[in-house]
Amino acid sequence: MAVDPVQLAVFAVLGLLAIVSGVLVFVVDSMARATFALLVSFLAVATLVLMTGLAYLGVVIVLMMIIEMVIMAVFMIMFMMNPAGLMPMSMFHNTRGATVISGLVFAGLAAGIVGVDWPQRRAAPPADATVALGEALMGGHMLTMMVLGVTLFATIVATVVLATDRGRYDRLGDDLDAERADDPAGGGVGR
Amino acid sequence: MIVEVLSLPLLMAVAVWFVSALDTVLGARAASRPVRLGAAAMAPVRESARLLVGQRRVTLAADGLLRWAGTVSLILGAVLAAAVVPLGQRPVADLSVGVVWFNAMEVVAWAAVWLVGWGPNGALSLVGGYRFVAQGLSYELPHMFAIITAALAAGSLRLTDIVDAQAGLWFVVLMPAAFAAYVLSAAAMSFWGPFDAPVARDVAGGAASELSGVERLLFEGGRRLLLVAAAAMAVPLFLGGGHGPWLPAWTWVVLKTVAVLALLVWLRHRSPTIRMDRWTEISWVVLLPLTIVQALVVALVVLARGGV
Repeated sequence: MAVDPVQLAVFAVLGLLAIVSGVLVFVVDSMARATFALLVSFLAVATLVLMTGLAYLGVVIVLMMIIEMVIMAVFMIMFMMNPAGLMPMSMFHNTRGATVISGLVFAGLAAGIVGVDWPQRRAAPPADATVALGEALMGGHMLTMMVLGVTLFATIVATVVLATDRGRYDRLGDDLDAERADDPAGGGVGR
Repeated sequence: MIVEVLSLPLLMAVAVWFVSALDTVLGARAASRPVRLGAAAMAPVRESARLLVGQRRVTLAADGLLRWAGTVSLILGAVLAAAVVPLGQRPVADLSVGVVWFNAMEVVAWAAVWLVGWGPNGALSLVGGYRFVAQGLSYELPHMFAIITAALAAGSLRLTDIVDAQAGLWFVVLMPAAFAAYVLSAAAMSFWGPFDAPVARDVAGGAASELSGVERLLFEGGRRLLLVAAAAMAVPLFLGGGHGPWLPAWTWVVLKTVAVLALLVWLRHRSPTIRMDRWTEISWVVLLPLTIVQALVVALVVLARGGV
């Protein structure tokens, strides 16, 4: 199969960008810069996914990663022990262990790429990859996906319930019969 | 194709000028000053010139790179989001996942405003940046349900398909709650009144408090570009796109966009800035269930019509 040189060049540039910005996450001493270096890395990977023709997946990665990195900025910087994360700090933890683990993972993945006998494509690519993906996910595995969704959601709710220091008895009194909820911040619908 | 690519930024710039001029007119009327249309039309130009020659304000230990990235990406995100809006029959980019693309490009504003707030190393601007993230977390889910309801009714994420599906009936009739949620989130997305708490006076201008000169011009321009992109998107999603009698399609798109923009500018002058804690609860307790029920209703209509 012939490789389009332009595509190859774009692929190489994006791959390099992903790696360099990934390394930058650990080089910069500002958590804000680290967060957004990581975002650049993810966006480069999303563009690589777009290059494989998976338009929906690629754009969703862009959408989710931007939101996730901004939320991470909130959690990492706003809730940090040093005031608002304004002090410069190193992103390294457990340097030696991390080096060994990441080296092993890299070697394993690289060996996989080189060593595996990649199959030839037998069928034609689908006309609409989004539809094909949706059917593959939802068609035969609808029940699995539903259960998975409910489980994830239950986990989120349970985590929040366990983490909050105020429950319904704090809000509505010992007999849950208070006229108005006693909340530290007033809401918009006046409960 | 090349015509559309060139005309899109130009059209958006004209719309930004329209928003600013109308804003000046309504502001003068609210303050009981005499309304001079000529002066209002020149006001955006005059303000831009003032900011272009204005002195730069420098803060201590600022993160200039991130602040610059925020200002630039605010504008880039707005223009790229508008690239999938059909100007008449065709958009600049008729993506098969246009709705998702629009959503992905508009959330660039989340990062952008936070970065602009973080960059100057100032407390008030940082508060403004965080307020915008809180606002984003509140409007985004109802917003996503609203836009996906339009895609659901059309059975496609492609904007031109969504417009085609409205040949008989505009989606605003079928899904009024989704349209209302969308218009509110369009104002919230561009932190436009009543959702301008991120740049509110009580925090001395919030995210924009340390911006001056060219950077402030770009930031305010980017904010209005976002408003224009969001208003223009309401047209293919809910208002039938280019559908309409007598006039050519692009005229209808322009007219409807101007109408939505006028509504948003008017809304800003009719309502006070809404506090973040109030808005968060309204959004999660009222708007989110409302848009989910709206999506359910539309899904049942689609099923009843025999489409999947």
